[in-house]
Parts: sequence; structure tokens; C-alpha cells
Amino acid sequence: MGNNKTEEIIEFLNENFPGSILATENSFGIPIIEVDSAMAHKIIKFLKDDSRFAINFLTLLGAVHYPDQKDRELVVVYHLHSWTQNLKIRLKAFLPISNPVIRTVSDIHLCANWMERETYDFYGVIFEGHTNLKRILNEDSMDYFPLRKEYALEDATREDKDDRFFGRFKAQ
Amino acid sequence: MDELNKQLGYKEKEYMTIDSIDGEIATINFGPTHPATHGIFQNILKVNGEKIISSEQTVGYIHRAFEKLAERRPYNQITPITDRLNYCSSPINNIGWHMTVEKLIGAEIPKRVDYMRVIVMELARIADHLICNSVVGVDTGALTGFTYMFQEREKIYELYEEICGARLTTNIGRIGGFERDFSPVFHSKIKKFLKEFPKIFGEFTSLLSRNRIFMDRTIGVGAISAERAMEYGFVGPNLRAAGVDYDVRVMNPYSSYQDFQFDIPVGIQGDTYDRFMVRQEEIRQSLSIIQQALDAMPEGSYKADIPEFYLPPKEEVYNNMEALIYHFKIVMGETNIPAGEVYFSVEGGNGELGYYLISDGGRSPYRLQFRRPCFIYYQAFPEMITGQVLSDAVLTLSSLNVIAGELDA
Repeated sequence: MGNNKTEEIIEFLNENFPGSILATENSFGIPIIEVDSAMAHKIIKFLKDDSRFAINFLTLLGAVHYPDQKDRELVVVYHLHSWTQNLKIRLKAFLPISNPVIRTVSDIHLCANWMERETYDFYGVIFEGHTNLKRILNEDSMDYFPLRKEYALEDATREDKDDRFFGRFKAQ
Repeated sequence: MDELNKQLGYKEKEYMTIDSIDGEIATINFGPTHPATHGIFQNILKVNGEKIISSEQTVGYIHRAFEKLAERRPYNQITPITDRLNYCSSPINNIGWHMTVEKLIGAEIPKRVDYMRVIVMELARIADHLICNSVVGVDTGALTGFTYMFQEREKIYELYEEICGARLTTNIGRIGGFERDFSPVFHSKIKKFLKEFPKIFGEFTSLLSRNRIFMDRTIGVGAISAERAMEYGFVGPNLRAAGVDYDVRVMNPYSSYQDFQFDIPVGIQGDTYDRFMVRQEEIRQSLSIIQQALDAMPEGSYKADIPEFYLPPKEEVYNNMEALIYHFKIVMGETNIPAGEVYFSVEGGNGELGYYLISDGGRSPYRLQFRRPCFIYYQAFPEMITGQVLSDAVLTLSSLNVIAGELDA
């Protein structure tokens, strides 16, 4: 995967979606492209239908929680892969935790269905237009989103163990 | 496709199904602890007589929150977690994880380690496919092949034992290579295995692959087209059975896979029979890769020169100051990993097994996400079994090789 292609695709996206590409970065040869969360659906559809890049495969979809970033706490990450070009790109759409709503891509890539359910299950990202958005791995009665950073792994009521020595989280 | 099927003599699957007498639709539970599901997953089926009308899946019965656990653990302690994803081929998971970390820290890995890893990973692939295929046999009523193939799998486990001391959840190797070189016993055992296995495997193949009953039970069962398979995120043998030759080992070679000559078998119909045959052929290709790797094994070290991450040998810890320091730092998880994010994937037993690792420079990942192939392609299961009979659903499930550990993480 040459650098040419990664530059080409960024240029290509900038041309077609002016103003929606917010930042780009290169990590181990894979372009990480931050997009406007309202445009993510359109961009992914465009990339799939486009004959030049034909980014046909959604490898992975997930989220990350950054509690310190105001109004950009949650980020939905799309790992896309073009099998004909062997070109991988990673799209990121940041969302505020107060209103984590993004349009589903399960109508473009069917396999996103469960991955979006999983992301909802663990991070509480709401995928608008999803046909069956409910918890998948956790039980239905759960009332929180466990992979968010405010939930420390250890039992927060324990006093005999100082978390600073055993992990990244401070005892809460 | 229809024309091709006609040429090959495949015919449209004809079902002799019995509708329920009063025309009523029954709801039955297939799983979660049904012996034919080979794992803990539930399917709530609506059936008219024998015919499946609709299916709803419940997953998550053995969810163990690996992604959350990984956010607290030092990198070395995440390897045992990966064992428990696809526990039929845990060495691939372990090595995939090691290589993810190595990619992030930019470690230079000796060629010998690459070749050793290829041998271990291909052994794991053989074990994985053997389990899947012999279980497909069991589900069609052929128990004999299963017992013989499990004996062979046992020999592969003995080889793991020779390398790392463990069998099922192997925790094999380390970040940077292996804990020791392959022993002479390993070499003699693998030589014996490579000599004896093809004959026994050939017997297994001849038991099933042209067996009339087996073919009638599997051809046209649980078929999926290449387009649908790609839509559903199929990878690995299941996708290749549908006719798409996507293989991570070829598309993005890792661990020196580019040095080896091997074929990627593909199927045509994407049905249970094709999945079975693709796995059979992959076993043969894996044997050839192992032979090539053993023949061309480069000289050199069995570990990379990364003292900060590679646990030093115990003898050195007692006599060498630096080794003691590194031993302490690694065991206590005091080694920081550079900040960055990396996605790395290997061809696991079920296809592209990916690791998305985000590090903020701390001692444990900020976020680790596994791309678990089973979880993604298991979504297609209702579509594949709708309109088929109940006994074919069992076969479809086992031929997809859905592993509960990987499904639920």
C-alpha cells in the first residue's frame, strides 16, 4: 500500500465532500480520516459505490470513549477495506456523549448490524435507522454502558486495594 | 451460476418435508445447551413441521468482557485472554496479539521467529479445521471419522505441549518470539506427524468426500452466494467456499508468508459441502507450508532483541542485573508502550482475526477491540437456514465453525 493511494483518497474525499473531512492522519500506512458525523453515512456509501476505490468491505466497527474531550467524548470508528485495491482506511466520527446519535450504516454494509448493536450495548451510541437496535452481548435489563471509562473494572466499593498500583484507573 | 451447477451435476435441493398436521407453526428452542449446537448459543426457531420459517438468535451466554479486562492488563497478561477467543486455534490468536504489539513498538523480528510462528499457526489451522470437519461428519451421522481425527488433533496438541507446555489454551510464545527454540523432541515428533498424518487424513477424506449419504446431506445445504457472503462480512474458509479468494496471508502477508508457496482453495456454491472441501484442502496446504518452513528454517535467534518487552530466561534473572530489572518490570507490568493506534489482522481458523489497539502510552491498552470473525458472520445464519429443515440447520451451524468463545468474547 503506497502512500500515493492514501493521499489520493484523502484528496478524492476532500473534492467530493468539501468541509466534511475534518482531520487526517497516517498511522502505519493507513489513513485515519476524521469526518463530520452527519456525513459519515454518505461518505461510506459513496466510497462503496465509487468504481475507482471500491471500498467494499467493512472490516470492523466500534467505538472509543475519551471522557476528557468536551463534546467529542465518543468516537465511532469504521475500518474499511477495498479488496480490489487492497486499500485500508479508517473513518472516525466524533459524537458528544450527551447526544450520541449517528446514522446507521447497516443499510450499506449488512455486517454492520451486529457490530452497531455491540457498539450500542457497550458505549450507548444510538444508530439512527437501525432496524433492531437492542443489546446483544449483555442482558437486556442492564441500565449502563459498561465500556465507558467511568466504570472501573474493580468493584468501586473495595477499600483494601489501591487501584493505582494495579491499573490505570484511580480508585473511585 | 445455475448453468455451472447444471454442468457439475448439482441439482436444486429437493426437500421431502412434512408439514405439521394441523398447519400450526411451532416455536422451538435450538440451544442454548443443545448437544448439536457445539457451544452455547440459542436459536428460537419457528417451524412448520420440519421446515424452518424464521429464526432469532441470542448470543452472549459466555460473554466475559475481554475488551474491558484488557484495558487494565499489562500487554503480556492479555495473551491468555486471546487464548479464549477461538479456543480451537489459540496459537493463532496468541501470535496475532504478539504481532500487534510488535507492530506498535516497531520491533524487528528475526526471520527464524517468523518461520517458527508459521509452523505453529499452520498446526493450529489444521487442528481447527480438523475439529470443524470431523464435527460436520458427526452431524451427518458419521462418528467414525471424528474419533480418528481427534486422535490426530491430540498429536498436534502434543506438539504444542513440546513448545510451550500447554495444550488447549496455549499462551504460546511471547512478545518478540518464543521462550525457547524448538526442541529435538519437537522436531522428531513433527517429522513423524508429517509422515503419518497425510495417510490417516486421506482415509478420513475418502470416508466422507465422495460418500453418497454425506454428499446428499451437505450439497446445497446452507448455501450463501458470494455477494451475500461479502455483505455479511464473511471471511476465511466460509467466504472462500462461496468463491471469493480473500485470504489475509496473501493479501497482506505477515510473518513471512510471502516466502511460501501455497494455493487458496475456493468453492463454488458456498454450501456446507464446499465449506467442508475448502477446509479439507486448506489442511493439505497447511501441511505443505509446514514442510516448506521446516526445510527452509533460517538460522538465527528464536527471539527478538527487545529486552524491555521480552521476558528474560530464568537463569539470567538470577545472575544478571539487567535481566532482573527487566523481569521485574515486565512481570509487574511497568513497561510502557508507545502511544499510537494500530490495526493488525491475521488469518485465523475462521478468517480475518483482527486486533485494533489504541495505546495512550500507558502500561495497558487504552482500548483493545477484537475483530472476531464468528461474531460478524454468524448474523447470516437465519438467512441461511430459513426454508430448510431442522436437521440441516445443525449442519449449517457446524460447518460455519461458530466458536462460542469467539462469538461472545
